[in-house]
Amino acid sequence: MSTSGAGTSGTGTSGTTATGIGAPVRRKEDFRFVTGNGRYTADIDRPGQVCLHFLRSTHAHARIVRIQAGHASRMPGVLAVITGQDLAADKLGPLVCGWMIHSTDGSPMKMAPHPALTVDAVRYVGEPVAAVIAQTPEQARDAAEAIIVDYEELPAVVDPAAAQGPDAPLIHAVAPNNTIFHWQLGDAAAVADAFARAASVTSIDLVNNRLVPNAIEPRGALAEWDPGSDSYTLWNTSQNPHVARLVLSAFVGVAPEHRLRVVAPDVGGGFGSKIFIYAEEVVALAAAKRVRRPVRWICDRSEAFVADAHGRDHVTHAQMAFDRDGRILGLRVKTIANLGAYMSTFSSSIPTYLYATLLSGQYAIPAIHCAVDAVYTNTVPVDAYRGAGRPEATYVIERLMEVSARRLGVDPAELRRKNFVQTFPHQTPVIMSYDCGDYAASLDKALALADYQGFGARRRESEARGRLRGIGLSAYIEACGIAPSQAVGSLGAGVGLWESAEVRVNPTGTVEVLTGSHSHGQGHETTFAQLVSDRLGIPIDTISVVHGDTDKVQFGMGTYGSRSGAVGMSAIVKALDKVEAKARKVAAHMLEASEADIVFENGAFKVAGTDRAATFGEVALNAYIAHKFSGAELEPGLKEGAFYDPVNFTFPAGCHVCEVEIDPETGRVAIERFTAVDDFGNIINPMIVEGQVHGGIAQGIGQALMEQAVYDDSGQLVTGSYNDYVMPRAVDLPPLVVDTTVTPCPGNPLGIKGCGEAGAIAAPAAVMNAVTDALGTEEVPMPANPLTVWRVLQKAGRLQAAE
Amino acid sequence: MYDFTYHRASGLRQATNLLAKHEDAKPIAGGQSLLPMMKFRLASPSNLVDLNAVEGLNGIELTSRALVIGAMARHAEVHVSPQVQQGIPALAALAGMIGDPAVRHRGTLGGSLANNDPTADYPAAALALGATIVTTKRKIPADEFFAGLFETVLEPDELITKVSFPLPKKAAYQKFRNPASRYAIVGVFVAKRPAEVRVAVTGAGASGAFRVPAFEEALQKRFHPKSLEGLSVPAEGLASDIHASAEYRAHLIGVMARRAVAAANG
Repeated sequence: MSTSGAGTSGTGTSGTTATGIGAPVRRKEDFRFVTGNGRYTADIDRPGQVCLHFLRSTHAHARIVRIQAGHASRMPGVLAVITGQDLAADKLGPLVCGWMIHSTDGSPMKMAPHPALTVDAVRYVGEPVAAVIAQTPEQARDAAEAIIVDYEELPAVVDPAAAQGPDAPLIHAVAPNNTIFHWQLGDAAAVADAFARAASVTSIDLVNNRLVPNAIEPRGALAEWDPGSDSYTLWNTSQNPHVARLVLSAFVGVAPEHRLRVVAPDVGGGFGSKIFIYAEEVVALAAAKRVRRPVRWICDRSEAFVADAHGRDHVTHAQMAFDRDGRILGLRVKTIANLGAYMSTFSSSIPTYLYATLLSGQYAIPAIHCAVDAVYTNTVPVDAYRGAGRPEATYVIERLMEVSARRLGVDPAELRRKNFVQTFPHQTPVIMSYDCGDYAASLDKALALADYQGFGARRRESEARGRLRGIGLSAYIEACGIAPSQAVGSLGAGVGLWESAEVRVNPTGTVEVLTGSHSHGQGHETTFAQLVSDRLGIPIDTISVVHGDTDKVQFGMGTYGSRSGAVGMSAIVKALDKVEAKARKVAAHMLEASEADIVFENGAFKVAGTDRAATFGEVALNAYIAHKFSGAELEPGLKEGAFYDPVNFTFPAGCHVCEVEIDPETGRVAIERFTAVDDFGNIINPMIVEGQVHGGIAQGIGQALMEQAVYDDSGQLVTGSYNDYVMPRAVDLPPLVVDTTVTPCPGNPLGIKGCGEAGAIAAPAAVMNAVTDALGTEEVPMPANPLTVWRVLQKAGRLQAAE
Repeated sequence: MYDFTYHRASGLRQATNLLAKHEDAKPIAGGQSLLPMMKFRLASPSNLVDLNAVEGLNGIELTSRALVIGAMARHAEVHVSPQVQQGIPALAALAGMIGDPAVRHRGTLGGSLANNDPTADYPAAALALGATIVTTKRKIPADEFFAGLFETVLEPDELITKVSFPLPKKAAYQKFRNPASRYAIVGVFVAKRPAEVRVAVTGAGASGAFRVPAFEEALQKRFHPKSLEGLSVPAEGLASDIHASAEYRAHLIGVMARRAVAAANG
């Protein structure tokens, strides 16, 4: 890999070099990953470490009468058995949800206590009841099996639509009717007025299916306590180690922050599931002190189905009002969101401020009202999963648009185009102010790439073979780059959502970038280095990116919500600005020129109008040897830090087009074509962006056609392994056509918007619009698996007609 | 996995003696079903008798009338075997549809038949082809071999040594996969034999693989997909789960049978 370091200074967005911004640089981190040299939590061994295993509830809802662990605690290799009583004795507080939502009547959300190990009752299958620490995993598991728990079974409720009913069992005393909050956003009166004036109304009932995140690396935690300093180190699979430290310190009370180090080493995917602060790491920390040994818990694959927070699980009724010309007058949405048995770390924000605020979609809608009831059920807690609220919003709007177009007898593309937001900034009725975009551009490009015009011929060809063909669009919008701290604070967030960066230039001119973002598959070690290479004009191989350790990076808010580019990289830009400013001063002393005459270009500081110049490396060396300036004139060294707080969300948007063919005899849906045109603003590395889009689409297709967490009426998780939980596979996906349009984001110095979630947000609606088009009925639930599609066909009587 | 005692048998007699001696002993061939069950702690044999070093259980032989496959033949071997591809190409194709590459390189014909998983592929082939299962004690026609879910007529100390598949005139296997596990929701093997037609179904039966006499009679008259039109299998007695109701399975049996006949006819 070579570089000329030709990136120009200042703008950071101009000039594509071999390793600069815009170049498809191969991922630096992949060499260690593909050669098996990644260092994940499970790869870390500490002297004397022992194993932690959890005894989990087999009941969905039961009172704990008694836990008998005496025999288990005396079994071979066992160091301790820990119960909820022990954690209470250690004065460890409960896990908390960090985003306050108030109900319509002004009352705060009904957050029930969530101890890391339950004391009085179990409320979902898989809830940790006791923990065993033993020399080996097998010994710990043997002992867990020997613990006797006397349960008094209670009735359970798993369906969010039934959770508020009079027959539903009460899950937490603090939440009557199992209702956590009854929340609303928008102007109900304005919406009522719009509907009163409407020429027509489209109504739809939707279930957004519950998903299991399934990161390739299961979660894990390794906790160590140092008796000499009474301090802890926790290695864990976290997307945001600083937030984990803050919560474990300030809320759970493990230790003060300065005596708790959290390290998130290589992490193999998260999709949101590794944002949260879970029971297992709390117990690992408590256990490490109790047994005075490093304690490691590694989740197994089946355990992950009940140990990781699930995603989605909405039940929604929505109505869209149109005037005679097909313009949208108003939107009314009522959603019940299942938060599971306890409120996970950010659970309350997902079906509220990450959902209802996006219900305007790409459209100019004058009036919107959304009411959301969040409910407890006897299921695994639900929290952010790739897209987090925005896939749910997109599914509501984009299904409504497609159904409306069919009902009104107009081309779905044209109905969308007619209602697109055309001018920016655009203030929606649901908080968000869209800063920029060109929705018609992405629609037009997607339709052209998808050969939308040629669909009729392809449909006829399919029909000739006895197959059903359908096409569907999804013109999605999302809010990324979360977010202005003042804004989220006013909406209930417990933390600020800025990001930090530090750029350390070494005397030899190599650079370390410390970031509060965390990479768990996103390729930050490459893209962040590209930014520095571009800006400083130095080879990418001389730059390393440091993240994921609270002892190295002072603070950070981590990676989720497609924020690492828009927020994390903007912080690096700010730090680079300061580095360059300082380096100019050093160069001025070296070149015996006025600082005002120094220009920085192509990796060199030059005196304007002369041939006097110093390379970046020479300046770095001089900053440290400090021979050319006195301490009175300038501080030695070249290291600068910055915090960046965004001024707005960013608004990636685009248009995805899906084309399916259905075998009516078996109900199997095959995706024949999938086209994605996204506007992510400026792009740092198109290859990595394409990979992100591919992965997101795969997960979106998974939600639409395959994935679903299924509970039976008693609260048992039926899809508790890959034997029953359907993950998308390579064979399920066609070659994807991926392209972009660009409106640079005005809100951050790089003009970037974020790309990590778009596919998962856009794809489900596109797929289901295509499936319903093929089947000729809107009554098709997700996932549209073969059994579901066959049943729909049976009901519609289409099978007989086709024969 | 719980502790167990491991025995590596070097000969058939030693293997059967070990199985007879230990009440809770299990033979292990490829281990692709048994080991996961043990890891999940759902199976806990006290003794495992490993057959991988036992001589005489391998080999594939094609005669003028039958294909004879050793019990320890891996699925991958069967899939690529020139003898199988020549003698019963449908069987070679079936073997290539089992599990994933790792499973196919470890899993064995004998192990699959002896396990009699109701969603396994080989039981359908054995029934439809009229195979004879040769054991350390006797020769058992396939029709008499299977005895319900995960049950066969094998005695605890009886091992399959080889399986003889009479050569059909035509045969084909069609499998509709469980979208999660990729096992058969419905797999239909049809075989047009010199004197009869057989249709065997796996994946669908609540008590394992079974034949469909009504389909066989219709195809005996004319071996053509149209012969099956209007015929169906009752949903009663079929398995039902989140991936497929009994009614859906009954429907798919018809679809897969028609497609198998069409495929057999080329």
